[in-house]
Amino acid sequence: MLNLINALPGAVSQGLIWGIMAIGVYITYKLLDIADLSVDGSFCTGAAAFVVLFTNGVNLWLAMLAAVLVGMIAGLATGLLHTFCGIPAILSGILTQLGLYSINLAIMGMKSTVAVNITDTATLDKLLVSLRFVQDVAKGERPLYRHPIFVVGIFTAALIAVLYWFFGTELGCSLRATGSNPNMARAQGINTDFTKVLGLMLSNGIVALSGALLAQFNSASEINMGRGAIVIGLAAVIIGEVLFSKLFRNFALNLLAVSIGAIIYYVVIQAVLAMGMNPNYLKLLSATVVAVFLSVPYWKEKYMPVKVKTGGLQDA
Amino acid sequence: MLEIKEIWKTFNPGTVNEKQALRGVSLTLKDGDFVTVIGGNGAGKSTMLNAVAGTWTVDAGSISIGGTDVTHLPEFKRAKFIGRVFQDPMLGTAPSMQIVENLALASRRGQRRGLGWGVTKEEKASYQKMLRNLDLGLENRLTSKVGLLSGGQRQALTLLMASLQKPKLLLLDEHTAALDPKTAAKVLELSDRIVEENHLTTMMVTHNMKDAIVHGNRLIMLYNGRIVIDVSGEEKKRLTVPQLLELFSKVSGSDEADDKLLLS
Ligand SMILES: Nc1ncnc2c1ncn2[C@@H]1O[C@H](COP(=O)(O)OP(=O)(O)OP(=O)(O)O)[C@@H](O)[C@H]1O
Ligand SMILES: [Mg+2]
Repeated sequence: MLNLINALPGAVSQGLIWGIMAIGVYITYKLLDIADLSVDGSFCTGAAAFVVLFTNGVNLWLAMLAAVLVGMIAGLATGLLHTFCGIPAILSGILTQLGLYSINLAIMGMKSTVAVNITDTATLDKLLVSLRFVQDVAKGERPLYRHPIFVVGIFTAALIAVLYWFFGTELGCSLRATGSNPNMARAQGINTDFTKVLGLMLSNGIVALSGALLAQFNSASEINMGRGAIVIGLAAVIIGEVLFSKLFRNFALNLLAVSIGAIIYYVVIQAVLAMGMNPNYLKLLSATVVAVFLSVPYWKEKYMPVKVKTGGLQDA
Repeated sequence: MLEIKEIWKTFNPGTVNEKQALRGVSLTLKDGDFVTVIGGNGAGKSTMLNAVAGTWTVDAGSISIGGTDVTHLPEFKRAKFIGRVFQDPMLGTAPSMQIVENLALASRRGQRRGLGWGVTKEEKASYQKMLRNLDLGLENRLTSKVGLLSGGQRQALTLLMASLQKPKLLLLDEHTAALDPKTAAKVLELSDRIVEENHLTTMMVTHNMKDAIVHGNRLIMLYNGRIVIDVSGEEKKRLTVPQLLELFSKVSGSDEADDKLLLS
């Protein structure tokens, strides 16, 4: 138990990082109504691009920007497979994800892991976040504002602010309309192929950003780090929705709920592990939890029918 | 305003489900024409409207709206010229978005959508006024999700949306068919009002012969993917339902059973 409490700041930090990924998933899953499986690949693409560039001496911010851009390219690939080639969205995502596995390996020079050498303090100091910082701040060796919770928290807040603005613009609204009713969107002159591609690019860019942050936190990029990302993202979205949908009505707060959902998910997983569960069963546990939560709305509708509405003009 | 020349459309060509839905339809509408479209189930009414709206491209023939050849334009580009209300109240609005957001989307039909605000303050005020005119109690529910509205409210809203950015052509495909009679009458009345106020060139599909006669200045009947009856002006005004039925059995060479089908 003491172990768990000691590990809590680290777990929350990681949860926040996954939360950024989950916000990316929210854009496709909730706003565009597409379950985009490419994120399992693009998460690692972001991490790989960042680590390789950074360890080769590229400026940290440029490396992060590059990570976001390659993530967006991955989204573009999925988007074009779906819209231009007419492949169902799920399958497009799977194809991109599969292809990215090779691409990620290629980025990492055909190695399954590329590490950032944090024994070199100059390198460590440059990083935005690191598990080491959690310990350093606790020991008083680093200022509080270097704590990953604080740094990733700022990232999350800035991201939510930008998305809140974007989805309030004409372009953002056309993206939401596409997810809500593509028929109506086209009838209103919206190029739904374009908005879908744009949404997928935006989403995967954010996912790759999250990957770049996690690579810094763990001081390594690893070929399997994105495996199951989509499930974690969905879990975060659903947990956030179940816990806060009654409370949060505003779009920005919905995104915040996703981030909190990711933290809760991650902390619970850590707790389960601390209680002695074999880590090999982790994926099974995640899959089960998400499956149950995804079934709830369906069961609710099936076994607890809502009151029938009539079609009169005045009654809503 | 609208010029349809010899359009053909076959669904599922080369399969057992092959269906020639449009077989050389030609139709020219003048500015401000209001044509009602009747015909039995599967006659090709919706197909004709979809062809004009650009849901898919036609196999042969051409379509131009207001002098622009749109035959090969995708649906979202033609939307600039066209306002639409569908039979299914679910189809015309974005349910997870607010009433004002839906109106704002519609007011930008055919325009470039950039990074300006999706809904401006001034817009909100003017929408409130328009909704008050609709008299559906929606003026105080600007930020409600459209998914919470009834079918009739949605169709009325969709009508308003279709007319916000004055279209060159308004397409109504049995837009009252899913509503109860009282609501249907109200929405129909609203349609008339909006068409008149904005002087819109309109095509309205209906299964109700009386409505088809009462509304608009021209009436066409489709049968088997062809226009078989086309009456307008004084002739249309004098038309009665029995006359229309007789006219139909003459052109289609069909018996009474078919007439019943038509009336259904
Ligand atoms: N997308 C499609 N794919 C295949 N067949 C279609 C499609 N749309 C229409 N059809 C067929 O084309 C024919 C004409 O259909 P259409 O919907 O135009 O009829 P309608 O006159 O609107 O009839 P209703 O009064 O039932 O609405 C029908 O046989 C229909 O099954
Ligand atoms: Mg029809």
